[in-house]
Amino acid sequence: MTEDLNWAIGGEAGDGIDSTGKIFAQALSRAGRHVFTSKDFASRIRGGYTAYKIRTSTDRVQSVVDRLDILVALTQRTIDENLDELHEGSAVIYDGERSWDAEIPDEITAVDVPLKSLAEEAGGAIMLNVVALGAACEITGFDVAYLDEALEKRFGGKGSKIVDNNKDAARKGRDYVRENYDLDLGYALETTDEDYVLLNGDEAIGMGALAAGCRFYAGYPITPATNVMEYLIGRIEQYGGHVVQAEDELSAINMALGAARGGARSMTATSGPGIDLMAETFGLVATSETPLVIVDVMRSGPSTGMPTKQEQGDLNMTLYGGHGEIPRFVVAPTTIDECFWKTVEAFNYAEKYQTPVYVVADLALAVTEQTFSPETFDMDAVEIDRGNLLEDDQVSEWLDDQGHFRAHAATEDGISPRAIPGMTDGAHMSTGLEHDELGRRTEDTEVRVEQVDKRNRKVETAKAEEEWDYREFGDEDADNLVVSWGSNEGALREAVALLEDEDVPVRVISVPYLFPRPDLNEEFEAADDVIVVECNATGQFADVLEHDTLQRVKRINKYTGVRFKADELAEEITAKLNEEVPAQ
Amino acid sequence: MSSQSEVRFTDFKSDKQPTWCPGCGDFGTMNGMMKALANTGNDPDNTFLVAGIGCSGKIGTYMHSYAIHGVHGRALPVATGVKMARPDIEVMAAGGDGDGYSIGAGHFVHATRRNVDMTYVVMDNRIYGLTKGQASPTSRSDFETSTTPEGSQQPPVNPLALALASGATFIAQSFASDAIRHAEIIEEAIEHDGFGFVNVFSPCVTFNDVDTYDYFRDSLVDLKEEDHDRHDYEAAKGVILDADKEYQGVMYQNENSIPYHERHGVTENMAEIPDGAPENAMDLVREFY
Repeated sequence: MTEDLNWAIGGEAGDGIDSTGKIFAQALSRAGRHVFTSKDFASRIRGGYTAYKIRTSTDRVQSVVDRLDILVALTQRTIDENLDELHEGSAVIYDGERSWDAEIPDEITAVDVPLKSLAEEAGGAIMLNVVALGAACEITGFDVAYLDEALEKRFGGKGSKIVDNNKDAARKGRDYVRENYDLDLGYALETTDEDYVLLNGDEAIGMGALAAGCRFYAGYPITPATNVMEYLIGRIEQYGGHVVQAEDELSAINMALGAARGGARSMTATSGPGIDLMAETFGLVATSETPLVIVDVMRSGPSTGMPTKQEQGDLNMTLYGGHGEIPRFVVAPTTIDECFWKTVEAFNYAEKYQTPVYVVADLALAVTEQTFSPETFDMDAVEIDRGNLLEDDQVSEWLDDQGHFRAHAATEDGISPRAIPGMTDGAHMSTGLEHDELGRRTEDTEVRVEQVDKRNRKVETAKAEEEWDYREFGDEDADNLVVSWGSNEGALREAVALLEDEDVPVRVISVPYLFPRPDLNEEFEAADDVIVVECNATGQFADVLEHDTLQRVKRINKYTGVRFKADELAEEITAKLNEEVPAQ
Repeated sequence: MSSQSEVRFTDFKSDKQPTWCPGCGDFGTMNGMMKALANTGNDPDNTFLVAGIGCSGKIGTYMHSYAIHGVHGRALPVATGVKMARPDIEVMAAGGDGDGYSIGAGHFVHATRRNVDMTYVVMDNRIYGLTKGQASPTSRSDFETSTTPEGSQQPPVNPLALALASGATFIAQSFASDAIRHAEIIEEAIEHDGFGFVNVFSPCVTFNDVDTYDYFRDSLVDLKEEDHDRHDYEAAKGVILDADKEYQGVMYQNENSIPYHERHGVTENMAEIPDGAPENAMDLVREFY
């Protein structure tokens, strides 16, 4: 049996699935095991199937697979939904005393534990999930003591009695299995001395914002971006910052714009429908040359689509959205740790180039938790670049002969000096109307062209000055190239290993910069086949790359609302390689 | 920054000539704003003006200060962001009745209830001027315009009542042509700790022949000359909901107003951040153990 273990708990929304999963994930992480979690949830508070899955190993894990070893089933539907993933050697923990007769296939080990009764014995039926965790510990050879720290973290605020009752509940579950079953399914969860941290993409984005000096955040709750706001509230204050829950997304981006004009590092986060609402002000941000970070955590669209499901459908919106022509940067983290680092970068780009920067993440990154060494987020490596933000005594260098501040001076690199309120003689007007270098409205054709060129020149400067690189893995000499963006990277890394075992070497390029983006011309020319992998129906990134390279690509698109799995990708890549190359 | 004694209201004037129609109420509204800013000890370098869209929104161009001319209806959220980032800066938002009570009505309600420390001046001419004469949310229901040829048949918004219902802590109304009173009222709004809302009758001489200078001159009742207690909520309700008269002056002021940023403990200039990640930032990571 592999030491890779796939565990899940499933039931009705409102059954405490999420917190139970999180407790187990934290316990595994504290035991020095790597963890990768995924959530399957419905867009409702109570009712509707919901599941929390954990893949754990002593090696790094970064994707989900089609296999389930231990399943805690609180409902029959949990079993039915996961039948395909259960195998001989899987165990299903359920409560036979409850009012449903669990139908579990014969080849799967059914572990009937009176979860509710044992929980009541420990102090309350509400702890039945923790009893199940104890039972899972026994089946997997995992010391129940590791749960203790996670239980303290979860329930510490509610007093020691609650914590102790929960610890007792876990032990009751363990003991019941120990006394009533003689199981040997071959699972033995090793532990290590590593200390890992466990966090999701939304949290990493929020943490990156704090590290980067973000002081103001305005947002409106929307799945799956709300966690960014919830993370920042309660933490940003210790740095003198503030979060406003705005009345809508229009307000949120305008508040963030206002704070940025005041000189604060400022951010808003939303999902696709919110990006639509923000589009008007997005143009103003760019035209007024205001530094602003806008996070789009993508979910299935269009319209309200499937709010709790994965998609990478907003690429075109973030690259091209807004009327007129808008210079912008678009960065897209491909892993959870990159959610942190790309957010830090985004703040620097925003201020250096005085322009809006999109951080485009997807639901799979946002809600998935993964373990990392704490040094992955080495705060000493965080650099802050405030660009041309002037010192008070530098303002005078940028006045015209009438003493007006040249806020939109058409410099060679397109980047103007920046004065913020309080700076002597820096007072100036900014506007979404076309304006001259003083910020005053104009319809003068020459000035118009000068300002449009000036703004676009910033992008050229950034293209030349920054490294818009990509990550590469797999076999660098392989003839076949797979290109991806966003959260697909994790599954691809594991797919590559599976393909290697089958003698199908591929080279993978994962692109975290969508605009400006790396030049892939040479890589495309060198490859026999190029396959672009993305979670959308039309292949938005594939279109962009075909446009960039003038070369046709093959496409793997998934738009079921579920993220790619490693084994599924390996199969699809093999199939695509055997297909005819599309006509040039 | 110039010292207080040197600041004159003309320091807030830009050298751009307004393109407002001769006789437009916005001239008087703006002059009063500039006087009030100077009288309260502000200067262009510590003042931020957020302008809306429309004739009134052009004010940002004709005044001199740190300023932004935003998108239609969104002046208040922008001003909120400025004030939160910079509690040390005087923030003023200005727009028209369409900007504030139509497209921006939602923001008006929420900026009011948040009690953000700023002054909000609405130049209310009861018409859409810049788009050449359509009905506005404060147009009378029988007022005929290009989009309401038989009158709108809808009651106008009462912005003062809307503010009161939203929990406003300072509600006032002034008249652009009554220069001294107008400046005085704006000054009080600036000095109010919280959201200082002033609805200014600012007549449109081109498209509105009903709500004219003469109309306001003849009909406005000044609360200064009435026995009105602005701290009395019921009295405020009385004058605000009075269907027979229109008033100028301060209708309501809540003595216990605590501005949003103070309520949330925001005191720092958020523009100032360290060169790298803040001290003890690794604690942010350790939380995830």
